[in-house]
Amino acid sequence: MSIRTEHEIHGRRKGRNVGVGIMLAGFVVLIMALTFVKITQIDFANAPGTVGPASGTEVTD
Amino acid sequence: MTDVTNTPVQQNEAELGDYFALMKPRVMQLVVFTAVVGMLAAPVSVHPLIGFASILFVAIGAGASGALNMWWDADIDAVMRRTSKRPIPAGKVTPGEAMSLGVALSGLSVMMLALSANLLAAFMLAFTIFFYAVVYSMWLKRATPQNIVIGGAAGAFPPVIGWIIATGTFSVEAWLMFALIFMWTPPHFWALALFMRSDYDDANVPMLTVTHGRPATRRHIIAYTVLLAILAVGTGFTAIGGPIYLAVAVVLNVLFLMGAWRIWHRDEEDAEEDNYLVERKFFRLSLYYLFAHFGAILLEAALKPWGLGGWS
Repeated sequence: MSIRTEHEIHGRRKGRNVGVGIMLAGFVVLIMALTFVKITQIDFANAPGTVGPASGTEVTD
Repeated sequence: MTDVTNTPVQQNEAELGDYFALMKPRVMQLVVFTAVVGMLAAPVSVHPLIGFASILFVAIGAGASGALNMWWDADIDAVMRRTSKRPIPAGKVTPGEAMSLGVALSGLSVMMLALSANLLAAFMLAFTIFFYAVVYSMWLKRATPQNIVIGGAAGAFPPVIGWIIATGTFSVEAWLMFALIFMWTPPHFWALALFMRSDYDDANVPMLTVTHGRPATRRHIIAYTVLLAILAVGTGFTAIGGPIYLAVAVVLNVLFLMGAWRIWHRDEEDAEEDNYLVERKFFRLSLYYLFAHFGAILLEAALKPWGLGGWS
C-alpha cells in the first residue's frame, strides 16, 4: 500500500513544470518556423560562388 | 511501498505567474506596443513571422531587465506600498532566482534577436537592458533626482529597436519616437510621485518630490509638458505623422497642458483636500496620451498602402 499525500505545493510545482514545458515546446516550434522562413528567403540561384543552372556560369557577386 | 521525499516544502513557493510578474508585464505591454509601432512605421516591410519573433525577443529582453531591476531594488520595493507585493518582497521568489532569470533571459533575447533580425537591433536591445538594469537601477535611481529623466531613455528605446528590426539602420523618425517617450516619462512619474506621497520618502529614493519639494515638482511637470507638446505636435509634420496623428496630438496635448497647468497652480492643501484628484487624473491621462500618439502613428502607417496615411 502506498502512502501518498497530495500537498497543494505539489499542484503548484506541477503547474510550473507544465508551463515551462509548454514554453520550451513553443520556443522549439518558433525556431523551426524562423529557420524555414530565413532559408526560403535566400536567393540560392544568385548566391555568391554558386553555379547558375541556366547559364552554367559561376556567379561571383 | 512508502513514498518518502526529503524535498523541503516552502509554503510560499512561487507559481509560474510569479516569475512572469518579475518581468513587469505592464511595462512589457508598453515596450511591445511601441516596438511594434516602430517596426510597422518604418518604410521597409518585415516578414510577419520574423516580425513576430523579433518583437517577442524584444519583450523577453524588456522582461529580463525588469527581473534584474526587481532583484536590485528588492530592499526598496519592500518599503514602498506600491511595490511591496512584488514577488521578491512577498517572499515567493528569492533575489538569486530573479537575478539568474534576468541574466539568462537577457542573453537569450539578445542572441535570438541577432538571429531573427540583425546585429544592430540586438546591440540596441543589449544596450537598453544595460541602461535600465545598470545605469538606471544600480546607479541613477538612488543617486540623483534626475533618475526619472535620464532613466526614461531605457523605456524610450523600444520604437528605435522596432525601426532597426525593419530597416537595419537608425533614422530621424525613430529618434522622434524615442524623444516622445523620453519627454513623456518625467511628467508621468512625477505625477505618480505627487500622489503616492510618502512612498519614495520612506524608501529614501531621491525623487524630485523628496529632494526639491512638491512645488518644484509641479513646476517641472509644466515645463516638461510644454516641451513635450511642442515635440508631439511637431512630429505630426514629419514622415511618420499625418492629419490623423496631428488631430490626435493637438487634442491630447491641449488636455495634457491643461492638466499640467492645474497641477502647477495647486498647493498641497488643495491637493490633500480632494485626495490628489487632479494629479491622479493627469497620471491616468498620461497613459492614454502615449498609447493614442503611437496608435495614431500606427494608423498613419497602416493607411499608407491605400494612399491615405501620411501627408502624401
